[in-house]
Amino acid sequence: MNPNTRSVSAAISDTANKIWHLYYDGFRSMTVGRTLWLIIIVKVVIFFGIMKLLFFPDLLKTNFDNDSQRADHVRNELLKKR
Amino acid sequence: MDDLMTVVDWSRWQFALTAIYHWLFVPLTLGLSLIVAVMESLYLKTKSEKWLAATKFWMTLFGINFAIGVATGIILEFEFGTNWSNYSWFVGDIFGAPLAIEGLLAFFMEATFVAVMFFGWGKVSPRFHLASTWLTWLGASISALWILVANAWMQYPVGMEFDPGQMRNVMDNFWALFSGIAVNKYMHAVFSGWALSGVFVIGVSAWFLYKKRNVPFAVRSIKVGGWIGLIGLLLTMWTGDGSAVEVTKHQPMKLAAMEGLYRGGYSQGIVAAGLVNPDKTWNNDEDEYLFDITVPYGLSILAKHDLNAFVPGISDIVEGIDVNENGDTINTVSYAERIKLGKLSHEALREYDLARARNDRAAMDAAEQKLREYYPYFGYGYFDSVDEAIPPVGVTFYSFRVMVILGSYFLLFFVVALFLVYKKDWLQRMKWLQIVAMVSVPFMWICSEAGWMVAEVGRQPWTVQDLLPTKAAISEISSASVITTFWLFALIFTVLLVAEVSIMMRQIGKNSTKNLEIDNSH
Repeated sequence: MNPNTRSVSAAISDTANKIWHLYYDGFRSMTVGRTLWLIIIVKVVIFFGIMKLLFFPDLLKTNFDNDSQRADHVRNELLKKR
Repeated sequence: MDDLMTVVDWSRWQFALTAIYHWLFVPLTLGLSLIVAVMESLYLKTKSEKWLAATKFWMTLFGINFAIGVATGIILEFEFGTNWSNYSWFVGDIFGAPLAIEGLLAFFMEATFVAVMFFGWGKVSPRFHLASTWLTWLGASISALWILVANAWMQYPVGMEFDPGQMRNVMDNFWALFSGIAVNKYMHAVFSGWALSGVFVIGVSAWFLYKKRNVPFAVRSIKVGGWIGLIGLLLTMWTGDGSAVEVTKHQPMKLAAMEGLYRGGYSQGIVAAGLVNPDKTWNNDEDEYLFDITVPYGLSILAKHDLNAFVPGISDIVEGIDVNENGDTINTVSYAERIKLGKLSHEALREYDLARARNDRAAMDAAEQKLREYYPYFGYGYFDSVDEAIPPVGVTFYSFRVMVILGSYFLLFFVVALFLVYKKDWLQRMKWLQIVAMVSVPFMWICSEAGWMVAEVGRQPWTVQDLLPTKAAISEISSASVITTFWLFALIFTVLLVAEVSIMMRQIGKNSTKNLEIDNSH
């Protein structure tokens, strides 16, 4: 392997390693952060896993196959509303 | 109709609830990130550990607010797709593009640099860490830009053309989105976040003074928070003035509602304090106010920066009466006429649709031309009476005054706090003032939310000014599901708020027993 290529790949690997340890050590040494992450996870599960799935479908995306149908639906809706 | 209005009303309440909750967290993120960045810069400049301790303390509170607030804005996007699907389609890529940029930018900038900010101590160079803190602030500020550009477009829709085939507005000039309304709105919101965070820092620091713990740290924090808050508030007032001028040009009905003004005039005064008469309508002879204290010339100056300028009231606007720059009375299009023209635009759209079904190109072109002519009044076609096009005057009037009165109070608050904190020991000795500083904190949030109420209630009944009223923007969904989710959100957001406040209080309490001072000089 070309020495230059090897040094570039070593630098990339070194940077990736540093980034990994930044996050890994950061998460391991958290104190108040643990509670916050728990809140974030619970919140995201409630928002996306429950609210979005059960109560907030994207009506136009789920009820119609293509943009033409969506446009027709909105046209009908906007013309019938008073 | 009743069920439609129930769905509209509950959806509006739901959107208002989620937006208000979301805005509890956002301004603190915008301002506290700046305060932390300034403190860290001072640490790097002075190499004094006292600034490091201050940076870390406020950074932790920033982190708590950031974590609790993150993703609360996504709920608004859920609501666009479910409750407001007609609106979502109608606004097309104009609303989508800024929000997509915001999503990408917020995610990449904030996820990267917030992590370095919290995890990077000792792992990256001090300069890189400082750069990450500043970039976190910048990321949050830029992220707010796209949201506010999208919001401003709804208040002043420009840079697009309606395509009846696609049934949506298509962007034809991206840069037009950065209108005077957008620029002022963005700066007003961001600077108000600085002011809010300044009040927050002073309020929390006052608690340290009250408890006589980490006093030098508290004094130091008040100096940074006070200056950023004061600068933020002055800039908020300046951009608020710019917003008033823009509103006068593009949303005169909102300005009239803010003022509770039905019959305008030259050299128009502004009501400093008063009660609007709930029985007053645009076409009766009741008095506008039950009582009022008016500052002469005030509204003319606010609206047009001219002592003698004419400012139209609600009845003037409804009747199409205005005055041009030369002082000549001019007739704009009255609301009754707008309703007729709006209905003609609907008729043109219907003709276009029929012609399209017949594949009659010539008829389609003719209908499209007619539609273009009347399109500026498209939204008025949904109204049966002029009254439907007038915003709730009372809420707009009082919200405006709450914002202005509290804003003025906080100007005094910053000046006094800064004056006393530079006078040796004065603030430390004045217990009652420390209590006032602590009690003032929630009022800053009330001030900030009142500003949004002026902006959003004052533009009713429109989701997109003149083009799409709320009752047309709504999806065909059951009111029961909206009511259920409204209460679910109320519960979830209240739990989050209680969590935020209690975690913050615990963190502040914990830190008050620690020695945040290595170097006691300040």
